[in-house]
Amino acid sequence: MSEEKTFVEDINRSIYDVIDKENNATRLKEGLNEDIIRQISDEKDDPDWMREFRLKCLKLYNELQVPQWGPGIEGLDMDHISTYVRPKTDMKNTWDDVPEDIKNTFERLGIPEAERASLAGVGAQYDSELVYHNVMKEVEEQGVVYTDFESALKGEYSDMVREHFMKLLVPRDHKFNALHGAVWSGGSFVYVPKGVKVSIPLQSYFRLNAKGAGQFEHTLIIVDEGADLHFIEGCSAPKYNVANLHSGCVELFVSKNARLRYSTIENWSKNMYNLNSKRAIVEENARMEWVSGSFGSHTSYLYPSTILKGDNSTMEYTGITFAGEGQDLDTGMKVVHVGRNTSSVVNTKSIAKSGGVSTTRTSVQVMSGAKGAKSVVSCESLMVDNISRSDTIPVMDIRTDDADIGHEASIGSISDDAVFYLMSRGLSEEDARALIVSGFADNVSRELPMEYAAEMNNLIRLEMKGSIG
Amino acid sequence: MSQEILKVENLCVKVLEKDILKGLDLTIGEGETHVIMGPNGAGKSTLGNTLMGKSEYEVTSGNVTFLGEDLLSMEVHERARKGLFMSFQNPIEVPGVRLSEFIRNSCEAMGNKMSLWNFKKAAAVQMKVLNMDPAYLDRELNVGFSGGEKKKAEILQLLMLKPRLAILDETDSGLDVDAVRTVSEGVKAYQEQVGGSLLIITHSTRILESLSVDKVHVVADGKIVAEGDRSLVDEINENGFEKYIRA
Repeated sequence: MSEEKTFVEDINRSIYDVIDKENNATRLKEGLNEDIIRQISDEKDDPDWMREFRLKCLKLYNELQVPQWGPGIEGLDMDHISTYVRPKTDMKNTWDDVPEDIKNTFERLGIPEAERASLAGVGAQYDSELVYHNVMKEVEEQGVVYTDFESALKGEYSDMVREHFMKLLVPRDHKFNALHGAVWSGGSFVYVPKGVKVSIPLQSYFRLNAKGAGQFEHTLIIVDEGADLHFIEGCSAPKYNVANLHSGCVELFVSKNARLRYSTIENWSKNMYNLNSKRAIVEENARMEWVSGSFGSHTSYLYPSTILKGDNSTMEYTGITFAGEGQDLDTGMKVVHVGRNTSSVVNTKSIAKSGGVSTTRTSVQVMSGAKGAKSVVSCESLMVDNISRSDTIPVMDIRTDDADIGHEASIGSISDDAVFYLMSRGLSEEDARALIVSGFADNVSRELPMEYAAEMNNLIRLEMKGSIG
Repeated sequence: MSQEILKVENLCVKVLEKDILKGLDLTIGEGETHVIMGPNGAGKSTLGNTLMGKSEYEVTSGNVTFLGEDLLSMEVHERARKGLFMSFQNPIEVPGVRLSEFIRNSCEAMGNKMSLWNFKKAAAVQMKVLNMDPAYLDRELNVGFSGGEKKKAEILQLLMLKPRLAILDETDSGLDVDAVRTVSEGVKAYQEQVGGSLLIITHSTRILESLSVDKVHVVADGKIVAEGDRSLVDEINENGFEKYIRA
């Protein structure tokens, strides 16, 4: 059909929605209590300090309140979430050894293909554990460490891990950090030694297949002095009619003169509560770059934050959020200027459609010692129809007298004149609208690796399909 | 007359509850160039927008046949795919959409799918005619374009899409002498390369200088009030529209 011809590649939602038959080695009972936590520790053969840490976190979790300022999460009942599901395989380092059904899922998502084409290393997590991990030999020889978190906790780098684990995202920060501390499983540990520049990206992909389960992976990245890394995180899940929960933690340490770029395309299914925390601390003369695409989930809370601790440290954040029918996506970013002459540049785009709600929160804090701080924040929203909602909530807390701060917010809709113009050149109404939305997202897709830019365009195309009443 | 491309019969159009076209008739044959002139507010642009299918233009009576089919029952993109084109007076800016991406998608929608390589080659040829830097292909559609650049981009689309009938709505307005000449070269190239028909809506005459013109229509108060050959252009240049307005 001519309708199917598009300017972006045709897509197929089914690649995300295929459900593998559950065939777990272990699935812990739904709910949250000390027994469950101890079982997780047993399953994972935790060191003693981690056993204690988990139980402390559970206690905190029970004490802390659910945040009252964001989207409602009443639909999430921890009594109905299984916090640990072990797939029926241990971790492999060749795809051939990964069980067929799981391998096929990752094949559909294009992970092995991307690995061959353009990645220096890949970790693939399925439910609570990694099923695949591999790093290019050349990168390993540079001294780069990229492993699953469990190995890191016990191996050569165990001290380094213990020193950093949940030190940036402390459990007391909020209820879901505490939850994560109690039940975390899986994720990646990356260490890039001094002066090492990893020329092609590393990628972790998180797939949650089990129904009514939670995924709580922990990502810890330490980029040592003068080193350089691009890390990509992808995630997806098939859709169920019960709530699933994702509450990962990402802790990023960017040392003096180093650079880290962290790109994410999140495409959780629309029954997912995505209550995710990410934070980076940036030392002298170092640079942190975030690229963040939020497409999926039922409800999201996601505000990657950056502490510009060192003098002359810089941060750039580029983010896009697309809230469709039934979605309430609360996203944004936070930056704290601590060092002198630090600078941050923030560009967010948000799209709301078919009754979706997109809220963009930005917070810029300039501490009293942060002389010469510069910050530019720009938030743009696009309303695809008049039943959706888009809000921008900027907060600025400036405690110096010489800061250079800018904030711009704009909201627009798809103009009928633009649609008419594109249609007068032969594009159907749907294609015209999708092209306008892709154009709106253009400066974000330019920041993404090519395959991800294509995936993002596909997701936009998919979301825009059937948008004409 | 050669094959009939467009036939407009007794077209009456309302915009915002106001009658603008009040029984307009017009027939254009294959390869013919027609000029519509008339004072401001006569309904010239309304005719163009109605033919292209803009939704605010409500047809209250009359018929339009395009290549033997009922034009008014088609959606906008169907009209375009059938071979109708309009160069807009104020082409709209579409941020983030590259000119190349836009034209390539349009060509594809019209059934002319090209590889990026072939597209760029074809576009370069036409951009040369229009004295346009190929770097424009990477610019965002009409964003930050000057008046002249916007019009050149419109004519580039005309040359790439090769329609059967092109409506040029005030394509020469607001342009300096050099830009009018360049745009006019582009239109001439369309006449010569594609052999398509033209409906040129204008109230000046500079764009017509180097073009062959088959027929001139004067529109006033929503109707065609005078018709003639090229000499009518000269007459209007000399005497203005006054006598038609009074009539």
